[in-house]
Amino acid sequence: MTDKSALEAVVPPRPVQWGVILVWVLVLGLLAVVGLGLIRTQQGNIGVGARAPDFQLTTFSGSTVDMADLGGKVVVVNFWASWCIPCEQEAVELETAHQQFKDQGVVFLGVNYVDTESEALAYLDRFGITYDNGPDLGTRISQAFRIRGVPETYIVGRDGRLAHVKIGPYESLSEIQTAVNASMEE
Amino acid sequence: MQRSLKVYLVLMAIAAPVLIASAAVQPPPPSDDEVNAIAHQLYCPVCENVPLDVCPTQACAQWRATIRDKLAQGWSEAQIKDYFVEQYGERVLATPPARGLNWLVYVLPPAAFLAGAFVLYRAFRSGGQNSEPLVPTAPDADGDPYVARLEEELRRRS
Repeated sequence: MTDKSALEAVVPPRPVQWGVILVWVLVLGLLAVVGLGLIRTQQGNIGVGARAPDFQLTTFSGSTVDMADLGGKVVVVNFWASWCIPCEQEAVELETAHQQFKDQGVVFLGVNYVDTESEALAYLDRFGITYDNGPDLGTRISQAFRIRGVPETYIVGRDGRLAHVKIGPYESLSEIQTAVNASMEE
Repeated sequence: MQRSLKVYLVLMAIAAPVLIASAAVQPPPPSDDEVNAIAHQLYCPVCENVPLDVCPTQACAQWRATIRDKLAQGWSEAQIKDYFVEQYGERVLATPPARGLNWLVYVLPPAAFLAGAFVLYRAFRSGGQNSEPLVPTAPDADGDPYVARLEEELRRRS
């Protein structure tokens, strides 16, 4: 009889402690869920150079705008809300820029974030906004862009990648023009 | 003069039942309590961790107005909550629906509690079996040669 077998004869093998294993699995699972949540919240906005998320926007007039159909164009995606005071600061300038660039292959889209339709339509009417606007149904578009608030504007280049990101309102029309022109040249 | 009075009385006699009936059919406008009962179950994504019924922002005031409008239109609580989920996503709900990954919210806490109770039970049980006696016992003569020798010596002398 070898030493090992002698030892096994004296000391019985320890039973598998399923309870302890289950506890560890639960604890690690809980930590994984919390960790994934933290990573998502800490990610921040998608940055310049990243591929722009594909989305469909159902406008207030009922038509659907699909990003996939806008390939090869520069797309200005502006997130706004009627309750957002800083959004008012850039509303007229965005419409003016839309009028200037609409014949140059630049599409302006307004994504209405966490708002009520009646207030949103009143806002569009007040500032004379004519480019396509629609609600962010289920906040899916804002989640795809990982926005942190409104206003935020993302300019998608012809190659489908983000060419410009503006957090907060544009200060002037020239700032919008500069950003759009730079995105068109890329 | 008398003729116009008669016409007026006839018109009133015709119109009165209609007015009374319409007043009886018209439901009362939703009260603040009714609005807040639903608003309390919703969270505005803009104001984190603040229920809609006590949220002071303009966005939340608009949402409460929407709830009031929907209630006035005869919508049920479930219909209104579905509408908000469709518009703003499931994260507006104070209680997430038990499907998909949301199940973890309902399963993990009680499972962790039960697992903790099991671990405590095991710890107490094994601790009770292995615990040392609090009162020291007399030394075992069989195990200690000096004690055995001492006892032998005492027996011889007694």
